[in-house]
Amino acid sequence: MATLNIEIDGRALQVESGDTIMDAANQAGIAIPHFCYHKKLSIAASCRMCLVQVEKAPKPLPACATPVTDGMKVYTRSEYAISAQKSVMEFLLINHPLDCPICDQGGECTLQDLAVGYGGSSSRYQELKRVVREKALGPLIATDMTRCIHCSRCVRFGQEIAGVMELGMPGRGEHTEVMSFLESQVASELSGNVIDLCPVGALTSKPFRYSARSWELSRRPSISPHDSLGSNLEVHVKDNKVMRVVPRENEDVNECWLADRDRFSYEGLNTAERLTLPMIKRDGQWTETTWQAALEFVADKLKSIPAEQIGALSTPYRPAEELFLLQKLMRGMGSGNVDHRLRQSDFSLDDKAHGGFWLGMPVTYMSRLKHMLVVGSNLRKDHPLMAHRIRESVRWSGELNLINAAEDEFLGKVHAKRIVAPSQLAAALAGVCRALAELKSLPVPDIAVHGVADDTARKIAESISGGDQDASGGESRAVFLGNMAQHHPAYSQIHALAQEVAKLAGASFGVLGEAANSVGAVVVGAIPGRGPLGQPAVKGLNAQQMLAQPLRAYLMLGVEAELDTHDPVSAMASIQAAEFVVVMSPYKGRSLDYADVLLPIAPWTETSGTFINTEGRVQSFSAVVKPLGEARPAWKVLRVLGNLLGLAGFEHNDSQDVLRDALGPTPIGSVQAFLNNEISGVTVTPPQLNEGLERVAEVPIYQTDAVVRRSPSLQKTQDAALPVARMHGRLIAKLGLEENGLVSVRQTASALTLKVQRDDLLPDNCVRVPSGHPLTAGLGPMFGPITAEPA
Amino acid sequence: MANPDSNTLRLSQESLALIDAEVAKYPADRKQSAVMAALRIAQTEKGWLKPELVEYVAHYLEMPPIAAYEVATFYNMYDTQPVGRHKITLCTNLPCALMGANKIAEHLKQKLGIGFGETTEDGRYTLKEGECMGTCGDAPVCLHNNHAMHTHLTPEQVDELLDELK
Repeated sequence: MATLNIEIDGRALQVESGDTIMDAANQAGIAIPHFCYHKKLSIAASCRMCLVQVEKAPKPLPACATPVTDGMKVYTRSEYAISAQKSVMEFLLINHPLDCPICDQGGECTLQDLAVGYGGSSSRYQELKRVVREKALGPLIATDMTRCIHCSRCVRFGQEIAGVMELGMPGRGEHTEVMSFLESQVASELSGNVIDLCPVGALTSKPFRYSARSWELSRRPSISPHDSLGSNLEVHVKDNKVMRVVPRENEDVNECWLADRDRFSYEGLNTAERLTLPMIKRDGQWTETTWQAALEFVADKLKSIPAEQIGALSTPYRPAEELFLLQKLMRGMGSGNVDHRLRQSDFSLDDKAHGGFWLGMPVTYMSRLKHMLVVGSNLRKDHPLMAHRIRESVRWSGELNLINAAEDEFLGKVHAKRIVAPSQLAAALAGVCRALAELKSLPVPDIAVHGVADDTARKIAESISGGDQDASGGESRAVFLGNMAQHHPAYSQIHALAQEVAKLAGASFGVLGEAANSVGAVVVGAIPGRGPLGQPAVKGLNAQQMLAQPLRAYLMLGVEAELDTHDPVSAMASIQAAEFVVVMSPYKGRSLDYADVLLPIAPWTETSGTFINTEGRVQSFSAVVKPLGEARPAWKVLRVLGNLLGLAGFEHNDSQDVLRDALGPTPIGSVQAFLNNEISGVTVTPPQLNEGLERVAEVPIYQTDAVVRRSPSLQKTQDAALPVARMHGRLIAKLGLEENGLVSVRQTASALTLKVQRDDLLPDNCVRVPSGHPLTAGLGPMFGPITAEPA
Repeated sequence: MANPDSNTLRLSQESLALIDAEVAKYPADRKQSAVMAALRIAQTEKGWLKPELVEYVAHYLEMPPIAAYEVATFYNMYDTQPVGRHKITLCTNLPCALMGANKIAEHLKQKLGIGFGETTEDGRYTLKEGECMGTCGDAPVCLHNNHAMHTHLTPEQVDELLDELK
């Protein structure tokens, strides 16, 4: 591209042709006032605030929409430019209410700030002001639409980033109003970003409303504890309380966005369900106690139980330091029973992996892929911002192919898809594998011999092996495995087949991490048989083995067994049968029923720690507030427990000490060297044809972990609606059920009555019932046979 | 969400064929380009564009309902509120006004007993104020139901027209 010489405010600049005056000014650090312009959105040029003087132009030009030309001379602060900007501001303020004192945006409002510079001290406008009725947009976004200046950022965000146009601007001229169709709730999992985008107080955060003024808040950096992206957060704190969470810009991770889960989950931190004192159950009665007494009680009890009869379970949502100390404690006691993969059901890759599974590429590459295959993933809900990056790829002519057991709207163009019952997932992948081998005239790999290369398989194969590798060094082809694939009872086969597909297609191969620290937990050795960075360790039981048969004692870190496990029924049976259960958790929850000791530990805002995201990015964070009540950071609790048990190597002074102990002096390098998706030695069994019905289970987006489950606002969204049994219209008819009627479903345990919902995108023999929800906890494993009959 | 099978919303085969002909003018993945024509066709059949009808058209064109609704509310020839069987839109812009449009307006209002933007109680007539219809040489002009134009209006002609429309 040609380089042009221009001049802005007397400064000579060299810019690329195609840039706008706004781009050039931004590069040179020259601020031009604006409202509708946003670097991540298309150009609207509707607010006119960025009018500037351009030499030889007969009128002021909008900087955001005027491309630079060679020799252009721009004046952003000349009398002419300022007078144009002031005139625009006068128009904008005609209808804007003067309610800054009661407006949540006050103090962080672009209009307020610019009005100081460009607004008049009084208005010449005598007529009536426009008043706009509030719009109901759901539990997350509050509206004061009279304040709207029609910049259309929120509308463009929906169209261009969220992938679904939920907000629009019906009407014309002064009568234009931002609204959703028929006042429906906005349902996008990225909807909260319009709050940040709104340059005035028209769209503000509903949970935060009227709870603090922006200048009273201290802003502290943190990392999101939910999905495996590890979005960078800025937590706003007042009086030692988290008041709200907004994105901290990091172009390599979350850009300037945040998923609603990361933004609003903080509400779950301040609930009455928080555990604030250590508690011991004696003779069926809970008594509050001191840390000293509680930890001594735990240590004494653990000493009396043989180590191989103790199981340690953690969720993958805990920081790496805690997971490291948990495995160190267990291995110090002589037990290898430690795991964090509570929703996984196939562990046979444990002795076939050469490292930790990861994305296989930097997250930023996901925005410019050309040929993609995603297997077993509810992309949008499991990885909201990675789905946005893939949508971006698709928008730039990338081809997305899907193999899944259910079809959820991706909100972008899908090139080819294969929706099959869970039991046929590996076979579908084998079909693509065979099609690829045939396409490349290579022998069909042994593991794909059962595959059938039909038209869809061939279409997918042609797509993902198409094009040339990106000359700029980035990947252009990729195969990803989603959460559903990882929870699948034949995960090892799916992984092996996907690896083979990627090899044949010349694609990068990646595993989309399930949770904030799924990668970190493996890195620090919170899995049986492998210690930190894959060092050999004593054999032990994996999560499924620990929960299939009762052990005598369980040590649980942040686990809510009835919601966090693959098969809550057998998990709860084992835990209830155990002699001694220690629950370390920020919350009481149902552990009051089955635990013997409750230790209050700090959620991520109250402890320092580290999350390693799915691309292997090591992100440490500090506590942003003091722990609530007597809650303590779990790494400290585990360190003291280690000391009380007389174990060596528990002398850490802070969490960074723990991290160094786990990963050595250069954590980033060690992690990168350890990550590896390569596996070998998997044999593939022929697909079993299943006569009966199969369960398809996903973990709903707002049920993934203990904190989001307790966020009242997120629980009011459509995504948190009560579970229903979804099935194909043909199945509903075959079973004699009625749409929106009731159905009785049953797996291994008791029957459950749910509402029937028709979903003609499901395979014929599948019943889709979400997991991870209190209502469905009594059903059974996430996969496998299920029966359904009229209730 | 509108139920596309609902009888009150479903457009006739004739209307759908007209919409399909409009859709065919654009690339296959750009169906929504036909939104203006499709809304016009839907309005002609159903009388006015109730939101559910707009949604039906939007689904038919595979576009977000709110985007179709933006179009329906932007152009004043789309009616998003119920109108009478006969909608009379009188131009009151300068050339028409110079040629006596205001007198015609008074006559219409008096005769129908309604003002601009109102509908007679029997649901027969709606009176609307319109903008320039591009026929200034024949001023004053009015439109009947968006499609039929009447020019060189005089109070007598208006009476005749109203008689015809009964």
